Amino acid sequence: MRESSAVRWARRVVLTLLTVFTVLPLYVMVVSSVKPLRDVQGAFHWIPTHVTVRPFVDMWHTVPLGRYFINSLVVSGCATVCSVIIAIFTGYAVSRYRFAGRGTFMTAVLSTQMFPGILFLLPLFLIFVNIDRYTGITLYGSRLGLIITYLTFALPFSIWLIAGYFDTIPRELDEAARVDGAGPMRTLFRVILPVAAPGVVAVAIYAFMTAWGEVLFASVLTDHATRTLAVGLREYSNQGQVYWNEVMAASLVISLPVVVGFLALQRFLVHGLTAGAVKS
Amino acid sequence: MSRTVTAPGEAPSRAPGAPAHRVRRPRRALLPYLLVLPALIAELAIHVIPMLVGAWMSLLHLTQFFIRNWTAAPYGGLTNYRVAVDTNGPVAKDLIHSFLITVAVTVLVVALSWMFGLAAAVFLEKPFRGRGVLRTLFLVPYALPVFTAVITWRFMFQRDNGMVNALLSDELHLAHGHPFWLLGGNSFVAIVVVNVWRLWPFAFLTLMAGLQSIPGDLYEAAAIDGAGFARRLRSVTLPLLRPVNRVLLLVLFLWTFNDFNTAYVLFEQPPADADMISIHIYNASFLTWNFGLGSAMSVLLLAFLLVVTLGYLGAGRLRSRHA
Repeated sequence: MRESSAVRWARRVVLTLLTVFTVLPLYVMVVSSVKPLRDVQGAFHWIPTHVTVRPFVDMWHTVPLGRYFINSLVVSGCATVCSVIIAIFTGYAVSRYRFAGRGTFMTAVLSTQMFPGILFLLPLFLIFVNIDRYTGITLYGSRLGLIITYLTFALPFSIWLIAGYFDTIPRELDEAARVDGAGPMRTLFRVILPVAAPGVVAVAIYAFMTAWGEVLFASVLTDHATRTLAVGLREYSNQGQVYWNEVMAASLVISLPVVVGFLALQRFLVHGLTAGAVKS
Repeated sequence: MSRTVTAPGEAPSRAPGAPAHRVRRPRRALLPYLLVLPALIAELAIHVIPMLVGAWMSLLHLTQFFIRNWTAAPYGGLTNYRVAVDTNGPVAKDLIHSFLITVAVTVLVVALSWMFGLAAAVFLEKPFRGRGVLRTLFLVPYALPVFTAVITWRFMFQRDNGMVNALLSDELHLAHGHPFWLLGGNSFVAIVVVNVWRLWPFAFLTLMAGLQSIPGDLYEAAAIDGAGFARRLRSVTLPLLRPVNRVLLLVLFLWTFNDFNTAYVLFEQPPADADMISIHIYNASFLTWNFGLGSAMSVLLLAFLLVVTLGYLGAGRLRSRHA
């Protein structure tokens, strides 16, 4: 198949425009993070007057970024571990057993994805406040409340992805394990999980990204001590002065781990995405 | 989960209070339900029960005086709904304005994201030098945490020290002076651009994967029949992408329509021209602490989304039956 020169030119133009559109903000983020403060407060220049790493040092003092980092890590980490474990058990049941209500369950799980967050934010806020009042268990303003909330955010998609991966693993492996005397749990942990490991890691990355980037619930359900990065990043301004270079440096440091993780595992995610899209 | 302590083959107890011997060797019929139980509890606790509570709240006069003791809030019947849709009142006027803005933003964002995604996926289908680099680069906006990406745009849209005005006015001379982007009419442009920037990579990712499932000999057959690039796109690619598009467009629609994060980080208090519905309800609830009214608005929003989603899926089913 030879392509005409018109197609070739269309490709060049389109891909160039999309590249510029994609790269501009990334360039601004990176270049502003090494600019001195007066550079980011005056008119924008493409090249810094001089390059400095001070923003990467100062950003930890202007705002208690270290504490927010730890809060975000603890909350996202715990939410990820819990949701992946739950999704593994659920995915195993859905992939390997035909039980009453299976289809309804999967549809219901997926349909929670379409609910606007604002719909259950207000009741959840009230429920947390009232649980505290009647039982003394602090969920509002605590990391625990946020962990429980976040683990359910990643859960629907994680269940669909993991069930999809398990479906691709041949049943003959289960049969062989059963003949060897392994029970269902032993089969899951010793036979299926090792084969599905890349998929499980991809799901974990997805769950972590979901929790790491959440803003709405973090801004309502956290207090001064438990604030996460999503809320804390806004604090680099006082009396109309914004430390934009430190904001960009912090953004870079916050983004790098998840971007690298995502790009490393994107093909496993793509596989799961299309499996889900074609199935439904 | 201490797999080292429990003997292999033993399920860790999933059901609190269940006798241990039942858990150790559950009957086959019971096992799948035990496995599904944790997910069920989590979904019930965070999604279903709060939703029902929200529906109940929307019937109460739940103002700031009753936050800590909301069971004492007086029952108001459909009063909140009446306030929310009474077009003579200021509350409903603002809500309808916000709804229309959200519809306009959503239509533009979904259309542009899909077009960008399709263009990139089609043009990156054939191997050429630098293809892998571009493919990875295009995915970066989707991988970035929302708030770091959007705060960068917030910086770029600053009037005096932002990149957008420097580029458009000072270098390309497309705009006169330095317009505001985060205030007034331009804020509509800003929210659309930022949403497209964040979402089109997802469309690209999905369509790219969808294209991979189209067998190559179909294209060859079409090319032998003399079909050019445009004809192959129209007669082979687009029809075969229909199942992927069906889900993709719905997901893009729901994400944009429900978006809170982008508008919130970009504006904090969005101007009227970028007043996305989620953040409008958020402000209506938390600025006035009238949770009853906010819940009524949320229920109306969910009803709208349900009607659109079911109508869309139903229409798709009809069309595929006739095809």
